[in-house]
Amino acid sequence: MNIDVQSVTKNFGSFKALNDVSLKIQSGELLALLGPSGSGKTTLLRIIAGLEWPDSGAVRFDGQDALSLSVKERDVGFVFQHYALFRHMNVFDNIAFGLRVRPRRERKPESFIKNKVEQLLELVQIGSLADRYPSQLSGGQRQRVALARALAIEPRVLLLDEPFGALDAKVRKDLRRWLRNLHNELHVTSILVTHDQEEALEVSDRVVVMGNGKIEQVGSPSEVYDNPASAFVHDFIGESVALPIKVDGSLVRIGGRNIGLDTQGVAQGDARLFVRPHDIEIGQLGDNALEGEVLAVRRFGPTHRVDVSVPIDGGKATIEAAVPAGHEPKIGERVGLIPERYRVFAA
Amino acid sequence: MSSLPIAGTRAAPKTVIPGFGITFGLTLAWLGLIVLIPLAGLFLKTFELTFEQFIGIVTSARVLNALKISFGIALAAAAINLVFGFFVVWALTRYEFPGRRLFDAIVDIPFALPTAVAGIALTTLYAPNGWIGSLLEPLGIKVAYTPLGILIALVFIGLPFVVRTVQPVLIDLESELEEAASSLGANRWQVIIKVVIPTLLPSLLTGFALAFARAVGEYGSVIFIAGNLPNISEIAPLLIIIRLEEFRYADATAIAVVMLLASFVLLFAINGLQRWSESRSAAF
Repeated sequence: MNIDVQSVTKNFGSFKALNDVSLKIQSGELLALLGPSGSGKTTLLRIIAGLEWPDSGAVRFDGQDALSLSVKERDVGFVFQHYALFRHMNVFDNIAFGLRVRPRRERKPESFIKNKVEQLLELVQIGSLADRYPSQLSGGQRQRVALARALAIEPRVLLLDEPFGALDAKVRKDLRRWLRNLHNELHVTSILVTHDQEEALEVSDRVVVMGNGKIEQVGSPSEVYDNPASAFVHDFIGESVALPIKVDGSLVRIGGRNIGLDTQGVAQGDARLFVRPHDIEIGQLGDNALEGEVLAVRRFGPTHRVDVSVPIDGGKATIEAAVPAGHEPKIGERVGLIPERYRVFAA
Repeated sequence: MSSLPIAGTRAAPKTVIPGFGITFGLTLAWLGLIVLIPLAGLFLKTFELTFEQFIGIVTSARVLNALKISFGIALAAAAINLVFGFFVVWALTRYEFPGRRLFDAIVDIPFALPTAVAGIALTTLYAPNGWIGSLLEPLGIKVAYTPLGILIALVFIGLPFVVRTVQPVLIDLESELEEAASSLGANRWQVIIKVVIPTLLPSLLTGFALAFARAVGEYGSVIFIAGNLPNISEIAPLLIIIRLEEFRYADATAIAVVMLLASFVLLFAINGLQRWSESRSAAF
């Protein structure tokens, strides 16, 4: 199902949770809403689900107005961070819930429900747990039950609100791969809310990066990582080093020194230079290199992490650079730092 | 190889929480002093009777009727409080309305009011010439001086027990449960019947048990409104008092023993039910 979110605004008191947000979600894709807490991603998800109503704007499901429908009429499968399983029902009854509450004339016979639930139990790989109660399951198993329960009603869209947020790292990794495979099998339009960029980049077809109630960038995981559209995205996704700079005509000045870097079309004035640690090469001092003094060298997996103190306007900044083992400088040495890939954004 | 001597070789504590000895000792002493010794006295006094005498007393028509009235009406009152208490809790926790805090405080009044005052007030209201009683009189409904009056008094004193036990649980109930149910297509009614009430069941049962226990033992408010006609509106606690006033102490304790055992069995059953529903709905 195509979902069209049109200039949706939502305030909680004086807090702008969503500020004129528009987004098109294509049928069958797995879209991740990624952002720090307070960025409005969960509010957007809840508005799509019908658990929250916007102050203004429209939400359309395949062109039809969705805001006139209540959550129960929208046919959405919603998966909560804390599972929200019915604790007085066993796994089987939890999954069957959505089928059993249908109005009498639409309700399928119990034999059909039994079959359907058994299929779902197989699909989420917890066939042997049908008689257990939620309190007897591990976190990962609970979330599988919650997912099966949401899928039981054959939703038009599957909405997942930080589904792996309460799980430990190992289970989280396993579950998100499994979710990706499941999506490849079912092709149900899915929206995943997460603050974990690794999760968003690994699982989704497209990533929507949100910050302060606005959409900062929409793109494939590699677009978002390689070509951040804004300082916010560069800072939020992946590791970043940010330095205050001044753009003077076609020159970039850092700490009063001209460096041979491209201004990337940023207008005259204060700006910020963003570099990823592994895109910084340590080399000779020169015109196109930042100059600094090595403060510390740390072993970090296959590479060394080098902290270099660099003079900037009104002080010093510590830049972390990644250097292959065997090429690390000595502490106290003066080195040049050459950003190989970088972005300049107006401050 | 010699092991290192450990300072103080007395039995090592098996738990890090200190004070087991003193708290357990105090609990036993306190329970004994306050609860068990008086109850033992009750049984001891009853043993002055022969078994035949005992059976004779507790199966006499007047005693049986009094017990039936006490337990029957107490159960009915607790059941009424369960239903209406739930409504009160629902309104007080789920909606914002002017005076909500005031209503919330009013719920506690039956806790604090001397029961005799409650009894007199209810009697005045429900007497044939009272505010409410005079309205019911033309309809042929008599409340004061009938079992119905007892029911009203017991409902009055039992209400806060249900409200105060269920309220905190409903406040803590995650709204996500209800959201999940409605996203799965349940209507409001189904959400309440299939999700909210089953989740609250342990606390509802506790409230029911407390309201029931309070109602069985209630004396002060009932005797004013009941009329106290033997076999019709005479409650067992009153009969105990009457026997005491006749200096038939063993008769009084015999009735008390039966009440005690019956209450114990009922509360034990409710407790079992509660544990069963709790074990199924244990919070994560």
